[in-house]
Amino acid sequence: MGLELYMDLLSAPCRAVYIFAKKNDIPFEFQFVDLLKGHHHSKEYIEINPLRKLPSLRDGKFVLSESVAILFYLCRKYSAPSHWYPPDLHMRARVDEFMAWQHTAIQLPMNKILWIKLLIPMITGEEVPAEKMERAMEEVKKNLQQFEEKFLQDKMFITGDHISLADLVALVEMMQPMGGNHNVFLSSKLAEWRMRVELAIGSSLFWEAHDRLVNLPNWDSSTLDPMIKKRMSEFLQKYK
Amino acid sequence: MGLELYLDLMSQPCRAVYIFAKKNDIPFQLRTIELLKGQHYTDDFAQVNPLRKVPALKDGDFNLAESVAILLYLSRKYKAPDHWYPQDLQARARVDEYLSWQHTALRNCCTRAMWQKMMFPKYLGHSVPPEMLAATLAELDRCLQMLEDKFLRDQAYLTGSCISVADLVAITELMHPVSAGCKIFESRPKLEAWRQRVEAAVGEKLFQEAHAVVLKAKDMPPLMDPTLKKNLMLSLQYLLH
Repeated sequence: MGLELYMDLLSAPCRAVYIFAKKNDIPFEFQFVDLLKGHHHSKEYIEINPLRKLPSLRDGKFVLSESVAILFYLCRKYSAPSHWYPPDLHMRARVDEFMAWQHTAIQLPMNKILWIKLLIPMITGEEVPAEKMERAMEEVKKNLQQFEEKFLQDKMFITGDHISLADLVALVEMMQPMGGNHNVFLSSKLAEWRMRVELAIGSSLFWEAHDRLVNLPNWDSSTLDPMIKKRMSEFLQKYK
Repeated sequence: MGLELYLDLMSQPCRAVYIFAKKNDIPFQLRTIELLKGQHYTDDFAQVNPLRKVPALKDGDFNLAESVAILLYLSRKYKAPDHWYPQDLQARARVDEYLSWQHTALRNCCTRAMWQKMMFPKYLGHSVPPEMLAATLAELDRCLQMLEDKFLRDQAYLTGSCISVADLVAITELMHPVSAGCKIFESRPKLEAWRQRVEAAVGEKLFQEAHAVVLKAKDMPPLMDPTLKKNLMLSLQYLLH
């Protein structure tokens, strides 16, 4: 058995790994773990990753979680072109810096928007208080400003002239609110950078990776297993 | 001007950077930024790190934020011994995996536990509802279990048989709730054995030196300055839910 990647493309970190592997012609078996059916809590998956999160990688006996670790591993093992994770000390540090910051500054807040705008109302039938939405939006606005001013500045990409893992991770995460029809790319600088990254990846691959996300509003949540629904509702308490 | 590290040893990630630099004899100028005095909000410091957080590094014209990035930068630039961030593909992946996971797992609950149990009530005179503290300590307990079950397992260190930057990041994190009187090692012999190993590998003197400030936090008199108090409460709201 070759390389296996356990993913659901609804998850931004999974999209980053998927796009990277495809773009670099890394052969892998796509093991679909359906988040909407709660399969990340299945006995089979818990054996792969007891943390019950996606993505996971299995390479022979070696199992790895955390998308950032997976991206670095794939980059090194398959000798991806150096612009993805530049060897230059300073440029590499810039990628590391963004990869560290994004967990709490980009990934979490962007996901929160999707939950508040779409998933909570859809699953629980209740709307989230407007002031919670406003606060979440404020945080996203502030962090995107920091992204533009500190990470992007006047460059084409985060490290300079070429796309790197940092741009890939940044973009897939900023796409997350699109699942709730919410567009965060409001400034021309951000919109232009978004287009640049999409083109560097290849539009076809980019939209293929985002297909499941953009169709999320069409998901019939009444098909949700009642046990999963209950668990999700409990998890969602903290967003309300 | 040589390497400058902007640190407050009250902060867990700052302690990890401090220990790493000292342990590897990396020459640097320590620039102390006192978080409790709001010194990270000055315009001068924003020049160093516009994200207004510590730790921050300044190496000539090069400024760098984020402790994980700083640790990796230092290990590469100063060619630290391999075990800190191993070349081996799978060994390195294990370290990357821990460094990634900890941001939203251990980091979160250790900061909350320390602030909710000690700093808010004693330093800021703001008592935290007992149910909130109980939930936070339960979350911490779950994280510690994951640390033992998924990362440490039967290994000597978190990612294998040698100490790495992952262990530094973890131990400095765990000392936060310890400083607030949480007895996290007492009921966990495996974790306690690991703690002793890490402390011995770092060197007891350096370990104590890095933790002197946070371990004295419980003896700090309550903050009286109303402006500072108000500002701190505002900026630390996020630790209260």
